Amino acid sequence: MATATKSSTDEFMKGLWKENPVFVQVLGMCPVLAVSNTALNALAMGLATLFVLVMSNIVVSSLRSFIPKEVRIATYILIIATFVTVVDYAIQAISLDLYKALGAFISLIVVNCLILGRAEAFASKNTVARSALDGLGMGTGFVVALFCLGAVREIMGSGSLFGVQLFHDAFQDWVVMVLPSGGFFTLAGWLLLFNWLKQRKAHREDRATLALSKEVV
Amino acid sequence: MTGTELEAQAAPTSAWHMYRAMVGVGLFCGLLIVTVFQATLPIIEQNKAEALQRAIFRVLPEATASSTFSYDESKGFELLEGRSDGQELLYAGYDDDGALVGLAIEAQGMGYQDVIALIYGYSFSDDAITGIQVLESKETPGLGDKIESDPDFLENFKRLDVSLGDHASKLANEIVPVKNGEKTHPWEIDGITGATISSVAIANILNGSAQHWVPRIESRLTDFQGGE
Repeated sequence: MATATKSSTDEFMKGLWKENPVFVQVLGMCPVLAVSNTALNALAMGLATLFVLVMSNIVVSSLRSFIPKEVRIATYILIIATFVTVVDYAIQAISLDLYKALGAFISLIVVNCLILGRAEAFASKNTVARSALDGLGMGTGFVVALFCLGAVREIMGSGSLFGVQLFHDAFQDWVVMVLPSGGFFTLAGWLLLFNWLKQRKAHREDRATLALSKEVV
Repeated sequence: MTGTELEAQAAPTSAWHMYRAMVGVGLFCGLLIVTVFQATLPIIEQNKAEALQRAIFRVLPEATASSTFSYDESKGFELLEGRSDGQELLYAGYDDDGALVGLAIEAQGMGYQDVIALIYGYSFSDDAITGIQVLESKETPGLGDKIESDPDFLENFKRLDVSLGDHASKLANEIVPVKNGEKTHPWEIDGITGATISSVAIANILNGSAQHWVPRIESRLTDFQGGE
């Protein structure tokens, strides 16, 4: 029982750090670069993707024995497109202002390779519960990553966070950060940080193993 | 047995299974979309109507009630019950005493990325535009979308002169965009640095719409009386 619980937690946690869809797998770059110019846009886009990811993972997983492999991609796309349409209507019903900010990008969730990737690589081979957890983990990882980019870009590019001004009027906005090129710069910065952390961890583990083997000898 | 049937039998999955999966999933998805569409439609319509009402009262701050009018070149302005698409609509604003204070007019034109749709208030007492609200725009977030939020830019529309010229068939002065900080006349619009195209687009939309509507409105003012 204890191992089952642990593996469920692992299933969820892997998307947050070890296999983070943006910082490690570098998937779904279109929304990551396009919609991360403000923290609120990034958060809303991330949550919309999270919902589509979890729902499509659940449906794909529950229909996995029903869908023949020859038509699986077409069927997955159909399922994903349906949930994207649902999100589209839901956002219009929740807030027109939010829809105004995200409208053009919501429909592009269909072609986010992260969602099709998880359906193909995980949900089609695992149980509904594990697929839901995987979707939840990966989706949360995506939300966190988008927020990291959106927050940095909004703070540097507009001097605000969630629309609240952070600096004195004298602060000169770094306009390039809210433009597409700013997306690339910020992503590069975060990837640099993540890879540096990963390398440092690997070095430490290597040193620890070496020390252990010396002690044994 | 034909060759095709033999091939089908030899294939790992029968065509029936594929049809069943595709059609089954298609049906499920179709039903789900229709259900969500039906459930959200009234809320979305209501949101849009509320957003429009909010916009009308924001561009006509003195108004407390509004009525919708459509325009026909031969009949003039007519009171319209409910909303109808495909017609050019104007919204007359009335104060507490039922007196006409101004009109909210929808206008649209090309922005930097896509069409910008906006609504602006035209006040009779000032012969001026008294406020604008962007209804739809896909301008660059952080730059072009400042047309909705930049306080210095919105200051232009507190009182933007659109008084008619001597002939009453066109504006005395065209609405023109000028570089940021160079505004000297009440009919000029101070642009936004870094969002030149979007701010020029707003000036062009307003100029085109005001040139069209203001002479027509002024010549048929009586159409709006008692519309409340």
